[in-house]
Amino acid sequence: MSAEQGAGTGSESPHTTEAARGRLAKRHAREKRFRAYGVAAIATAMAALALLLGSIALGGLPGFFQHTVELDVTFAPDLLDPDGTGEPSSLARGDHAGAVKRSLRERFPDASSRRDKRALYALVSRGAGIAVRDALARDPALLGQVAPVEVLLSDDADRYFKGEIEAAAAEQNRKLSDAQIGWLDALDAEDRVRNTFHTRLLTAGDSREPELAGIWGATVGSFLTLLVTLALSFPVGVATAIYLEEFAPRNRWTDFVEVNINNLAAVPSIVFGLLGLAVFLNFVGMPRSAPVVGGFVLALMTLPTIIIAARSAIASVPPSIREAALGVGASPTQVVFQHVLPLAMPGVLTGTILGMARALGETAPLLMIGMVAFIVDVPSGLTSPATVLPVQVFLWADSPERAFVAKTSAAILVLLSFLVLMNLAAVLLRNRFERRW
Amino acid sequence: MLLLLTLGLLLATGLAFQLGRRRAVAVVEGRASALHSRPVYHGSLVAIWSVLPAALLVLAFAVAQPTLVGSLVMGGAPAAVQELPEAQKGVFLADVRSVATGNIPSREPSPEVRAAADRYRVLTQVGHASLAVLVISLAAAGLGLSRRRIRADHRARASVERAIQGVLVASSTVAIATTVGIILSLVFEAARFFARVSPIEFLLGTSWSPQTALRADQVASSGAFGAVPVFTGTLLVTLIAMAVAAPIGLFSAIYLAEYAGPRVRAFVKPLLEILAGIPTVVYGFFAALSVAPLVRGFGESIGLDVAAESALAAGAVMGVMIIPFVSSLSDDVITAVPQSLRDGSLGLGATPSETIRRVVLPTALPGIVGSLLLAVSRAIGETMIVVMAAGLAANLTANPLEAVTTVTVQIVTLLVGDQEFDSAKTLAAFALGLVLFIVTLALNVIALMVVRRYREQVE
Repeated sequence: MSAEQGAGTGSESPHTTEAARGRLAKRHAREKRFRAYGVAAIATAMAALALLLGSIALGGLPGFFQHTVELDVTFAPDLLDPDGTGEPSSLARGDHAGAVKRSLRERFPDASSRRDKRALYALVSRGAGIAVRDALARDPALLGQVAPVEVLLSDDADRYFKGEIEAAAAEQNRKLSDAQIGWLDALDAEDRVRNTFHTRLLTAGDSREPELAGIWGATVGSFLTLLVTLALSFPVGVATAIYLEEFAPRNRWTDFVEVNINNLAAVPSIVFGLLGLAVFLNFVGMPRSAPVVGGFVLALMTLPTIIIAARSAIASVPPSIREAALGVGASPTQVVFQHVLPLAMPGVLTGTILGMARALGETAPLLMIGMVAFIVDVPSGLTSPATVLPVQVFLWADSPERAFVAKTSAAILVLLSFLVLMNLAAVLLRNRFERRW
Repeated sequence: MLLLLTLGLLLATGLAFQLGRRRAVAVVEGRASALHSRPVYHGSLVAIWSVLPAALLVLAFAVAQPTLVGSLVMGGAPAAVQELPEAQKGVFLADVRSVATGNIPSREPSPEVRAAADRYRVLTQVGHASLAVLVISLAAAGLGLSRRRIRADHRARASVERAIQGVLVASSTVAIATTVGIILSLVFEAARFFARVSPIEFLLGTSWSPQTALRADQVASSGAFGAVPVFTGTLLVTLIAMAVAAPIGLFSAIYLAEYAGPRVRAFVKPLLEILAGIPTVVYGFFAALSVAPLVRGFGESIGLDVAAESALAAGAVMGVMIIPFVSSLSDDVITAVPQSLRDGSLGLGATPSETIRRVVLPTALPGIVGSLLLAVSRAIGETMIVVMAAGLAANLTANPLEAVTTVTVQIVTLLVGDQEFDSAKTLAAFALGLVLFIVTLALNVIALMVVRRYREQVE
């Protein structure tokens, strides 16, 4: 006590003693630590986001490119003109893959055994004949001549040039044999191998061969599905929101509907898939794998999102608008449809676009209704078998072919860019047109 | 045909609207102010009367026609077909349909099928023709009758507004119908499952291998349906996810609500929301391809045996996905705490962190618990991440480094692929779906109740 007084020289308060200063320093340190936890939490979340997007962007970029090889193809009439007429109908039925194989044999005569030949043919894609067919269709005069044709390399050859298969690895540990790598290097030395933008990825349907597979079929399927979703969920959602916000009497039934909508918004999406399977497919007998069923299921799933967004947009329109319109003699229905709804529309549309974006990324319920089948053809209508972009991603991710890894990332990039566009549209709409009252 | 009729009805709508409007104007000789309702309403009413009954008829026909024609065709089929068992009759009818609609059947159709297909085609055509006649006469009658009723004092607006009200009320019941549909379909299919496997075995059994049916006549061909390992697997993955999401989400929310300036907030909040906007299939791909090998490599480097599809990888990635749910809900809850409480605490000399820990968080606790419960319900129902990154084998384990399976994974694996829909295997998926629905619904209801009570308390 006396020592403390001596140190304090009388004028010091109990808050500035040594012990108090120590406590204060501890409290301030704790304050700093607490803040640092917050920063660390946000930094961790950001790092996870960066890692996720970064790994997919890095992995996906090579997927947009594909190596091709320029082969001197002999447009031999015995292979390419089975009828001997030179007519387009005859040229279209020729053995185009055979012509590619023959040109490979001519280029590498050392491949003589059956096994060697098969290994040689495996360097080019199974769809390599398409390039020959297209060249011949463009210029039938090529028949009987030798001309250079760019053909797709197979997925393994493509991965070799992308550095994913290393020549240094032991032969039994890689997908290409020493001989195959020798042939590829020989072609490369002649400057015949080129890395080009792979338009097929964006324009073709699905395929078992990674170098032939594309996402156009899935994109069209997504579009058709979302069309049905929008056509069903937008009118029903807006009508429900109008009813609940403007007309519904305050009673237990209305409360029940509201609680129900809130709960529906939190039901796992896969349960909607089970509903679609049991009701739309088994009970009503709608076709499997069809965009129309997918659209129905996703519409039921996005309905709560749209209702909640539309309700808050309608509720934010000030009552003075309604009173003014009622005052000049408009009926309640006229007030809503001619005054409130137009003013609420930007908010309603923003919510709808966000709901559609969620529906576009949804996978699980569509697996339940069979939109997970392997479908090569681009869907032609609402009832033809189809798949959608996220399901295509799932299918490719499941594929054992290593070359599909890059394709999957590329497909994800396409899907993400659609989502970014939709969200940008929603943000623009909100910033440009939404009024703050 | 049905498409054509729909298009025709759309055209008829426009036509009826114009006719009604013109008529209304003509009735009062152009002095629209003499009308009780504006011409637009008269036009709309005529359009409603002429098209709505016809449209309902088309809808009813579209629903009833396949069954009706099918039973007529089966009734007229030869006796040999009549005596077939139910399942074979279904196959016969499916063949008839595919031949009649011009699809390429899987095998060469028999003469009976061909004959029945011809009959099917004729009946369908007759049906369509009579439908067209009926629809056109119905539309014309509606048009004529409602157009006749147009007078200056006819209260068309009231009728149109009643119709609009009807549409609004009908729309608001769609959400109820969805819930009812979900419950009915899950309960019915689950009941069929529980008729074969006792609920006690399902809920308490510890062996889950529904895929063991190799042959139809095999003993115990339905496999084992003890779902406890599936439930514990779900619980394990959810726990891991919450272990990641709860601290990160909560501390992010606290920082954003209490410390961050408006500019940091405006920048970080949307970035966090991006995490919620990324499709789950992308997370699944990331978990399976990047995180799982990382976890495995790290585990092996310190001498641990990690499964290729470890619960840890799937759970951690799922946790990242759930961060924004926790952070944005908790953020709302924390900002809703009255400023006066903070001011009082700060005024007494507490540091900001002390204020947060001793005053703000205790006040916000119910809301935070609610947001965590909602996040748990999300995690339980999440499908794609676990389908792609968690395992298929139902291991009863609490080790996060082993592979476990979850309810959603099992639903997907049991139902994807072509199957008959009345085996115990496929029905088991609906039983699991029912459990999933009940659990998530209970969590949501509790969470919403807690949050609402908290709001009332704060306000």
